Amino acid sequence: MTVIGEEPFPRGALEVQTVGMTMRFGAFTALDDVSITVGAGSFHALLGENGAGKSTLVKCMMGFYHATAGQMMLGRREVKIHDPRDAHRLGLGMVYQHFTLVPSLTAAENLVISRHDTPAMIDWAREKKALDAFMSAMPFRVPLDQPVARLAAGEKQKLEILKQLYLGRRFLILDEPTSVLTPDEADEVLGHVRGLCEKGEISVLMITHKFREVTAFADEVSVLRRGRLVGQGRVGGLSHAEMAAMMIGASAARAPLPREGAPGSAILSVSGAKARDRSGLKEIDIESLTVRAGEIVGIAGISGNGQMELMEILTGQRPLIAGEVEVEGKIYHATRPEALTLAVRYLPEEPLRNACAGRMSVAENIAFRSFDVNGVGRRFWLDGRGMRDKAGSLVEAFKVKTASLDTPIAALSGGNVQRAVLARELTGDVRLLVISNPCFGLDFAAVAEIRSRIVAARNAGAAVLLMSEDLDEVMELSDRILVMSEGRIAYETPAATADLATIGHHMGGHA
Amino acid sequence: MEHDIGLWAIPIAILGGAIRVSTPFLFVSLGEVLTERSGRINLGLEGTLVFGAMAGYATAVVTGSAWAGVIVAALSGSLFGLLHGLICSLPKVNDIAIGIAMMLFGTGLAFYFGKPFIQPVAPDLPAIPLGFWSDLPQLRAALEVNVLFLIGIVLALGMAWMFRATRVGLIIRVVGDSTDAARAMGLRPALIRTLATATGGAFAGVGGAYLSLYYPGSWNEGISSGQGLMAVALVIFARWNPIACFGAALLFGGAGALGPALQSVGVTQGYYLFYAAPYVLTLGVLIAISSPNRAMTGAPGELSITK
Repeated sequence: MTVIGEEPFPRGALEVQTVGMTMRFGAFTALDDVSITVGAGSFHALLGENGAGKSTLVKCMMGFYHATAGQMMLGRREVKIHDPRDAHRLGLGMVYQHFTLVPSLTAAENLVISRHDTPAMIDWAREKKALDAFMSAMPFRVPLDQPVARLAAGEKQKLEILKQLYLGRRFLILDEPTSVLTPDEADEVLGHVRGLCEKGEISVLMITHKFREVTAFADEVSVLRRGRLVGQGRVGGLSHAEMAAMMIGASAARAPLPREGAPGSAILSVSGAKARDRSGLKEIDIESLTVRAGEIVGIAGISGNGQMELMEILTGQRPLIAGEVEVEGKIYHATRPEALTLAVRYLPEEPLRNACAGRMSVAENIAFRSFDVNGVGRRFWLDGRGMRDKAGSLVEAFKVKTASLDTPIAALSGGNVQRAVLARELTGDVRLLVISNPCFGLDFAAVAEIRSRIVAARNAGAAVLLMSEDLDEVMELSDRILVMSEGRIAYETPAATADLATIGHHMGGHA
Repeated sequence: MEHDIGLWAIPIAILGGAIRVSTPFLFVSLGEVLTERSGRINLGLEGTLVFGAMAGYATAVVTGSAWAGVIVAALSGSLFGLLHGLICSLPKVNDIAIGIAMMLFGTGLAFYFGKPFIQPVAPDLPAIPLGFWSDLPQLRAALEVNVLFLIGIVLALGMAWMFRATRVGLIIRVVGDSTDAARAMGLRPALIRTLATATGGAFAGVGGAYLSLYYPGSWNEGISSGQGLMAVALVIFARWNPIACFGAALLFGGAGALGPALQSVGVTQGYYLFYAAPYVLTLGVLIAISSPNRAMTGAPGELSITK
């Protein structure tokens, strides 16, 4: 660590500047001459699509990467940050998108062990007193003696931020801090962060893609595209449309395909279905759920409220205690022959884990639905050439980027695995399509394409059940919206008259 | 018969058996708890137990001191643990496969070096007669408590305290629960796991010394009869909690004493079925706590069997 200048930094929020930050990986320029200034006590938002260079920029700032060119300035002094430890010592901290808390430890244990001077023997009485004193100076608090695994997502995110303050950090980088929170939780957490900024305790740089949060909480915004800084300004002077235009550049997002036709007869109906949840302690209880032909039913909800279990019920991965699932009036057990005759298709979340055999090739994975069918009957010997030909044409049609058809599917990027599975599931006759988080972690272009394919399937007369943690996605795609909370369907509304605030309240279980 | 206490002999014999038989279970399971809490599983403790029994016995024969035997057993156990830990720190190595290899390696090595020590007699570890207040010889025999049993209790309590209130304990739990979080804190998971495995191995070695130096108190090739493996099952039963390990070890020990106890009161038919009680209990426990639908509570997050 080199600090030029003798005096220590002033107390409170730090001013942080990057000057001409450039990062090249071989011939690829991930970050090109980016200069941003986060004033002391300001809340700065960093917008950009996946792959725009946001992570690269903050990793350079935190010392995970060493920038090819450019400087870091702290309180208008040049500093060199060799590794994250240097950054921590200078008071820079980062809250990651995924929690870095240890799930089985209590909040207090997490805080104490994250300190670098934890004593060999911990005097819990004294530590508790010190923690209580620290907490009472904070604008928000979390229960300290509960294992972190039992805290709600919002509480965990608050604890992550508290941990940074506990460690004495004065400049925080927040990496999509609200991606796992309800709108209400997000507002609460960001409101507190904003309060800390206004009090002059911290300065914040927040990576996000939610315009609403930018306008509501940030002072300033910088927009990155393909590694370049393409826009910057006070938040007050920019509209959502302007920010979106900066983010995606000239090639604007495709509008979702126009909807056609009216819903037909009921295809999927779930009645009185009960099952145990993952922990075995709570129950999933779906009283009634119907999806008709030619409609998309969207299920909104915070993760962990039973969507995953509902998906598993429908795919046959989780046994029912009571009730039944019917497809076109027939009891459905999700066996392979039933799925085949009733034309039921799935796109589960994390398709690499739930819908693929990772080490088998792309061609083989695409053939999972059809490898043993031969016209009408079963086949014994595989038709290798047929499988390859079909996979080849689907890979082309769905724009799956793969080195070859024989590449193990696990080697593909997330978006391409998604496309490959979608290619398999959407081929042939589809009467019921069950989808979970289809666009999680994909870039803008891939998202637009996958969504348009889903709408196309609906227009072709398929019944679509869509579960998603992304509320925008549910709003954009659905004809009818359900909200799932604590294993039950808590709310239902037609999409045309849906109100974001009401849905948010039901998601949080506050209704 | 001067002291005919009838059927009371059975619970007393089971109590005595529980105390006598449980010690190796206790030490091996505490070693395994330490290892598994750090995020690795060491199935090789069966081999470590057998080798510890042999090394302890041989040292006691040569030096004439049972305690020297215990120390050598602990050292050899920690070497086995260290080897397991170092191999598992290499990329793409599966800890369960290495554990099975270490189990065969440990027993094989013990049989090879142990041949000359089957005949000679080694000094026993001392026991404390906690039953001095009673006139019943059966009760006195049952309450003849070995020092290692008491050390095991202290160890269990000490480990419970360590996991709760020391930096080392918290660090082991962090590493065992989330490698990513540990890395973010600047910890080195592989190093910590290796040290935990080595220490756990030392515990298992001491358990072995108990077998050959106190009960049954001689060295032969069938001395462990799978107790090291059962102790691994016991850890799951005890939910990775050292104090629960103590209770579970007593339960398994008592089950092991059921057969001999029935035999001692004159049950002549079918008692040998009860010799299988610990094995049946192991199966029963594993079936009872298994579930296809729910994740195991209390399991360290990084454990390869629960991931």
